[in-house]
Amino acid sequence: MNSSSINNIARFFLLLAAQILIFNNIGLFGFLNPLVYVLFIILYPVNDNKTTLLISSFAMGLTIDYFLNSGGVHALGSIVLAYYRPALFRFCFGLSYEYQTVKINDSLTPERFLFIFLTVLLHHTIVFVMEIFSVFLILEMLYKIFLTTILTVIVNIIIIYLIKPNKR
Amino acid sequence: MQQIFNYIFKNSNKLLFFLLLIFSFTMIIKSHSYHRSKLISSANFVSGGVYERMNTVDEYFSLKSSNEILAKENARLKMLLMNQIDTSKPLPLDIKGYNNTNLIPSKVIHNSYKARQNYITINSGFKAGIKENMGVINEKGIVGLIENTSENYATIQSILNSQSKINAKIKKFDHIGTLQWNCKNTGFVQLYDIPRLALIHKGDTIVTGGQSDIFPENINIGTIEKIYKDNETNYWTIDVKLFNDMTNLGYVYVLKTKDYEEIKALEDKSKKDE
Repeated sequence: MNSSSINNIARFFLLLAAQILIFNNIGLFGFLNPLVYVLFIILYPVNDNKTTLLISSFAMGLTIDYFLNSGGVHALGSIVLAYYRPALFRFCFGLSYEYQTVKINDSLTPERFLFIFLTVLLHHTIVFVMEIFSVFLILEMLYKIFLTTILTVIVNIIIIYLIKPNKR
Repeated sequence: MQQIFNYIFKNSNKLLFFLLLIFSFTMIIKSHSYHRSKLISSANFVSGGVYERMNTVDEYFSLKSSNEILAKENARLKMLLMNQIDTSKPLPLDIKGYNNTNLIPSKVIHNSYKARQNYITINSGFKAGIKENMGVINEKGIVGLIENTSENYATIQSILNSQSKINAKIKKFDHIGTLQWNCKNTGFVQLYDIPRLALIHKGDTIVTGGQSDIFPENINIGTIEKIYKDNETNYWTIDVKLFNDMTNLGYVYVLKTKDYEEIKALEDKSKKDE
């Protein structure tokens, strides 16, 4: 039990509680709720155990599903994101990402922003496509994916900078 | 054999991923093909408990308005009591077939109205006698029907749910149609399959029809707001403005029809014979 895993566990429960107690009740313009729990997968340390990430993100998604009565869509989105996270890292930070220990919660460079944006977009696309599950409502689906992605990215960046450890 | 084990150890993450992927896909497909929250629902000990705690905080903000609603209902009931001529008769209620029905009062602890499939969680379950497929109303009109129950909680499939289909009719004429929601506006639901020859007007009242064992006849739903011609069929499509504000629900009543068990047993039997 090192400090990294304690951090991960604390982040897991704090984000879960924040999502259920606060962010599921926001309802901006009547229907937009930011899905901040994605931040758990974004902030999970680069070189930590990948199996733990897969299992914990599945547990995270499933718990959200239980609270939202949404039948598995958040679990699916979370595990796909957790599994393809290394590929996204490689795409955004170049091949040698593992050696330079990328830290997401540092100053906002274009690469970090791109990474956060792509992860959120991938996750939201899967969640809303699976939730709506209909070709006839494709416009509504795209509209919802687009707006929720913007909202989640903004809220995520705000949260990252609010809880960023102070370095002088 | 050794190679198989080597392969499994080497690709354990990939295998785990596909296992979880298949698992969540099965759940999603099941939830789309059948009642959505059969497997995963907020009617359980943990999420029910959390929603109940959240509700105790939320309640304070609406104390005044819920007091007003209760006072109004009290006044109505008192009026009925005082205007009664023969006190030995049971209280006359304005819904036909009510004498057959018990009402179980319950409190809404979580209400969703932003999704396409909306569910409401209430704080009484099968301990209070609530079972699946019972109707739920409040003092203004229809709310939905029970989908899942646990010991102390139950989820309601709200009428604002694209999977909900309710038998409804126009109060004046007895023309029967199907009530569904097009997932657009929380204040309106759509009534389909009303024949063209029905002389309907804006403002007519829509009530539940008598063709289901879930809702008794003549429970209020809403009024006609807009009438469309369906070009492909010979039917009207009607926008119904709900009496209920589905975004603001406090207490609801679960309808426990006395004949429910009997009807259910009968239906199960005829299903078996098919």
